[in-house]
Amino acid sequence: MRSKALTNLELTESYNLPDQRGHFGPYGGVFVAETLMLPISELTEAYYRYMKDKEFLAELDYDLQHYVGRPSPIYHAERLSREMGGAQIFLKREDLNHTGAHKVNNTVGQALLAKRMGKTRIIAETGAGQHGVATATVAARLGLECVVYMGSVDVARQAPNVLRMKLLGAKVVPVESGSKTLKDALNEAMRDWVTNVDNTFYIIGTVAGPHPYPAMVRDFQAVIGRESKEQMLEMTGHNPDVLVACVGGGSNAIGLFYPFIDDHEVAMHGVEAAGDGIATGRHSAPLSAGRPGVLHGNRTYLMEDEDGEIIETHSISAGLDYPGVGPEHAWLKDSGRAHYVSITDDEAMQGFHALTRLEGIIPALESSHAIAYAMKLATTLAKDKTILVNLSGRGDKDINTIAAREGISL
Amino acid sequence: MSRITKTLENLKQAGRKALIPFITAGDPSPAFTVPAMHEMVKAGADIIELGVPFSDPMADGPVIQRASERALAHKMSLRKVLELVREFRLQDDATPVVLMGYLNPVESLGYQNFVDKAKEVGVDGILTVDMPPEESSELLPMLDKAGIDPIFLLAPNSTEERIAKMGQLGRGYLYYVSLKGVTGASHLNLGDVERKIKEIRKLTSLPIEIGFGVKNAETAAAVSKLGDGVVVGSALVGKIESAGEDTSLALRDITDLLSSMRKSLNA
Repeated sequence: MRSKALTNLELTESYNLPDQRGHFGPYGGVFVAETLMLPISELTEAYYRYMKDKEFLAELDYDLQHYVGRPSPIYHAERLSREMGGAQIFLKREDLNHTGAHKVNNTVGQALLAKRMGKTRIIAETGAGQHGVATATVAARLGLECVVYMGSVDVARQAPNVLRMKLLGAKVVPVESGSKTLKDALNEAMRDWVTNVDNTFYIIGTVAGPHPYPAMVRDFQAVIGRESKEQMLEMTGHNPDVLVACVGGGSNAIGLFYPFIDDHEVAMHGVEAAGDGIATGRHSAPLSAGRPGVLHGNRTYLMEDEDGEIIETHSISAGLDYPGVGPEHAWLKDSGRAHYVSITDDEAMQGFHALTRLEGIIPALESSHAIAYAMKLATTLAKDKTILVNLSGRGDKDINTIAAREGISL
Repeated sequence: MSRITKTLENLKQAGRKALIPFITAGDPSPAFTVPAMHEMVKAGADIIELGVPFSDPMADGPVIQRASERALAHKMSLRKVLELVREFRLQDDATPVVLMGYLNPVESLGYQNFVDKAKEVGVDGILTVDMPPEESSELLPMLDKAGIDPIFLLAPNSTEERIAKMGQLGRGYLYYVSLKGVTGASHLNLGDVERKIKEIRKLTSLPIEIGFGVKNAETAAAVSKLGDGVVVGSALVGKIESAGEDTSLALRDITDLLSSMRKSLNA
């Protein structure tokens, strides 16, 4: 398949959110300190301009093909499907991208934008380290200084990615404040940005943050859904019946969902991390068990206490360990267009092992949540139904976590 | 006329600059806050900014972050901060109190509920770091009706258009953030501040109080000359932190610092 889907960025016909100021219904917006208003409006202006700029889009298209390795294939997981005895499970293989996850689709795009805007320094936050690696990667390639903020808890549990970032020339700053995970890394990156606004471009890794990030990251990730549409048509003759993707901030999910929003026959299921179980309170599932509030520049569903303080989250997967979620998911939930469910740590581990043993594919712990849910869902659907799962990343980074959890000595 | 406006007009007529201390409510413990507020007034504070602790203080440097964490460890909350203001008002009906913090605790309480309670306990102004005017169309009319002043921040990179807008929507005073950075940063450039304040003066007649980077009597005096007064936060909160368990030492240190600032402002 040639990549005509890659940078075909026109909006879907009837769904046209966010509005000009970045609102998805009551969600989204720009809730930041005054010092960030100017750089954000400059970024918004550049983003809207370059997304219509043929030269920019051609460069992005070239990079996605030749550097990232797109299009990524879709694989029919026949053994896994047979084992479940229901619907056919297909995998969108974002794990096969350069750097091993979907995150690079976005960092390639934002880095090109940074370059166009004349910024010489890149900062990023990271949870699992996939976005940090993807950012360090593009920074190395473009010769830009790169600083990655990462909660110290995540630094410990995602050591292989920390090493990769360092090898790529990035400075990794462990964040010791708050819960020492992704949300705190985001706080620290915001503090860096407010201090170094003149030369610094902040590459946010998910569809959260102030406008234009939720829209911009979605548009860079929507290549996943556009390719999927063509590929599924080629392989099965029609759209998939159900899309399944894990949701932390929600970038891989929105990347898959977005091009299908107006295809109302396609169901969309986002899978949050239920951690030890929703009832225990130790989870990372704001859409399933949180309420709306304002954090990190936008209004969305949050995990907070009765006083509006953000509470600590838990998930076995660092990439889902976040108390908020992209504002577009909040809107898709309220509007009923997408459906959000959750999967526990234990269930995710079952998904992980099933895919590894039955298909020879080691998924990231984040993606294992989507796999686990798709396996459950498949058993409830007829054999001629199709489920497309976004296999958002590969699991190499997680092997230490898994070894520790299962008592495997290396 | 609001208590803030009255206070600042009186100062102006007397040819004096405003001294506005900031402390985080509940730091190092809830019992410290109200006595500290009274002592700060005695030491020369004209308006008090009371920080509402938040779990994710994105615009704050390490000193105020840690103050938030200490306060939250004592289960301090917006509800409890309002009760502290009520307690303060039992003995002081003159000194304006501004609550400074982040939007989510306010969203959580509900805008109208918050505004009603704030008015009831005697809050004079609200400064919400992460609520720019563009996102404040719901809250502003409620504050206006209650006679509570919305205080907006201006930054070194605020455009003329935004300065004018905040001059229009803001009440009481505008808080000029003297540098690009977080609270407690130390790369203050007086020449830059002076130029920007001149630009702001052309666009609004609201008083301008300057904060971020005011560390001691000298910087307070120098900065105050450029605007209508100074806000001092991290320097005070740092003293509270250093004193640790010894809250009487903390009280002495912050009143000493404020007294020295008051003296240099009046000189």
